[in-house]
Amino acid sequence: MTTTPHETTAASRTTGIPFILKTALINAVIALVLFSLMVGVRTEAGSDGQLTYWTRFGDLAWLVGAVFGGSIVIELLRQWIGPTGAEKLVPPAVHSGISFIGRYLAPVLLIFTLLVPVIFYNQRYILDLAILVLTYVMLGWGLNVVVGLAGLLDLGYVAFYAVGAYSYGLLATSFGWSFWVCLPLAGILAAFWGVLLGFPVLRLRGDYLAIVTLAFGEIIRLVIINWQDLTGGPNGVSGIPRPSFFGIPLDNSDDGLAAKLGIEYSPTHRIVFLFYLILALALLTNWVTIRLRRLPIGRAWEALREDEVACRALGINTTTTKLTAFATGAMFGGFAGAFFATRQGFISPESFTFQESALVLAIVVLGGMGSQLGVALAALAMIGGFELFRSLEAYRMLAFGMAMVLIMIWRPRGIIGHRAPTVFLTKAQAISSDLVKEGHG
Amino acid sequence: MDYFAQQLINGLVLGSIYGLIAIGYTMVYGIVGMINFAHGDIFMIGGFVALITFLILISLGLTAIPVILLVVLLVSMAITALYGWTIERIAYRPLRHSFRLAPMLSAIGMSFVLTNYSQVAQGARVKPIPPFITGGHTLHESADGFVIQLSNIQIMVVVTTIVLLGIFTWLVSRTRLGRDMRACEQDQTMAALLGVDVDRTISMTFVIGAALAAVAGLMYLLYYGLVDFFMGFVAGIKAFTAAVLGGIGSLPGAMLGGLAIGLIETFWSAYFSVEYKDVAAFSILIVVLIFMPTGLLGRPEVEKV
Repeated sequence: MTTTPHETTAASRTTGIPFILKTALINAVIALVLFSLMVGVRTEAGSDGQLTYWTRFGDLAWLVGAVFGGSIVIELLRQWIGPTGAEKLVPPAVHSGISFIGRYLAPVLLIFTLLVPVIFYNQRYILDLAILVLTYVMLGWGLNVVVGLAGLLDLGYVAFYAVGAYSYGLLATSFGWSFWVCLPLAGILAAFWGVLLGFPVLRLRGDYLAIVTLAFGEIIRLVIINWQDLTGGPNGVSGIPRPSFFGIPLDNSDDGLAAKLGIEYSPTHRIVFLFYLILALALLTNWVTIRLRRLPIGRAWEALREDEVACRALGINTTTTKLTAFATGAMFGGFAGAFFATRQGFISPESFTFQESALVLAIVVLGGMGSQLGVALAALAMIGGFELFRSLEAYRMLAFGMAMVLIMIWRPRGIIGHRAPTVFLTKAQAISSDLVKEGHG
Repeated sequence: MDYFAQQLINGLVLGSIYGLIAIGYTMVYGIVGMINFAHGDIFMIGGFVALITFLILISLGLTAIPVILLVVLLVSMAITALYGWTIERIAYRPLRHSFRLAPMLSAIGMSFVLTNYSQVAQGARVKPIPPFITGGHTLHESADGFVIQLSNIQIMVVVTTIVLLGIFTWLVSRTRLGRDMRACEQDQTMAALLGVDVDRTISMTFVIGAALAAVAGLMYLLYYGLVDFFMGFVAGIKAFTAAVLGGIGSLPGAMLGGLAIGLIETFWSAYFSVEYKDVAAFSILIVVLIFMPTGLLGRPEVEKV
């Protein structure tokens, strides 16, 4: 970046301690006004229904002080790093190191994941957490087909997760069908709903589509809550059968897997089985996605993401292309939902709120939209981070929202922010995401 | 017939509140081209600020209701407008030239921040206030005893909305700021070349939108007598539905759409089922977008390559 005379004057105007102090002071005053009533005064309904309030000027002062200090730090950092941004902070050696690690990270991670039940066999908590992370990895990979590959912003992905979960839950509790019969059915039903929603709305522009999918997600949730005869309403569906090892139950009975293998029964067997089950499902999602990307349809998705008008000019049927992406993503969401139902044994509409959709979307965005490894790492970071702050429910959602804003400002393309094209002429070349501009479709 | 008339009044009042929120969506969409997902939460913040100001004023011993209302209106408009300004500054301005999904995702993040911020700051429980403006007029009493009521608060909501719309229309069509806003809506680069301060105009758009949402928050508080930290989400989607129904980018359309959504929701609750009123509103959003993507008063969008 060349420095023009204009920029030098602008830079000299924005340096120096008086400027920093002035900026920080202004920010502190703004913060004081913003927080004055919302933080400085706490309201609560008393036992007689009368609203009372008390003041919290200590907290208010603390927050305003934090904003003042934070502004000074940010201004100092900005002047220290300079206008060219953060690129020069990373020396080339580190860059090549990162790409070296990047090449071997995926296989190493996979091997480690396969060994998790062996290493942490006696730590139930870690196994449960690992299953949760893998569920979100699978959801992230499923949504990645829609958002990352086809470039369609889907804010109601959790609806398909819910359809899958309720399909299995209801089929298994009403008809006693086994998990292995219901799993494909759950996927098919979710894909069916995806097509049903997608067919009319996929002609819409990006952000309209986002709102429609959001509305659809809410409709599904509201119908589940209110259709009490079928879904049990807010009470949910309980007593959903646990999965069996292809017909052999994983319990303490004489027909159980442990008895047949002649080993001592342990409840951990089921956890380990669930772990490998979700790992297999997630890897299936990944494998299908990678294979699809090499097929004409996958290439059409990627082309659609980059420029819809050009796609139409080249004779790609954009509606069916979008529809297949939508249905494929929905199907994997349905699989994940069926797994969720069998793992929990209990489902209720509370598990399928907009927050879940936003969380999965945040995983995909943070992971770099289109990067399979990035999505897996983002799921690990997000769910792991959530788990660390489990006791602070409201604060962690606050931090989640802030993280989403900051990530968008700092790296709008996610942590692993480049897209390796699937198809190339002579040699593969990673394209910096900054060079790629999505078309307005 | 009387029942119908009563529901009509209720629907129009609810629609006025939605319309005030919808204007914020439609203005921002018209100028910046993004869905300000956090706008519903701005409305919620407006309601909270109004509630807290009420409490303080009453505990200070003020009794003159018009004075209290005026002070509450001004304070909540001012503080909420500052929220709108700050959010644009922090979360949207850095992303103005980013790829197209970035501002939307940032707005979703901001919505989470606001929801959980007010949950952390003010607690999760619903905050009720005692009825503040009481009384009303009986318009008609039928033979079988059904009474059509028009309460004073309903009159106030509708009158305030009409007055605000008048001021707002004047602002957009007659003032320098309004001209700048319309210029930025058409072509930001050209407007900038002709000496319009685009950044300032966009900031002012957010400020005005947030101030109108604050009024809606106050009206909601007075009308329903409660606020809670989660009310912004559903109200926000419905107001956005209203903006789309009216034709996004069109200001009279937003108001019209708000009234339509308010009426549909009220009549649906009255004649079909209360449980499914939100489903009805969201279904209308989907149906409108499929069959009438430009809404009632919107212009068809020209696709440029």
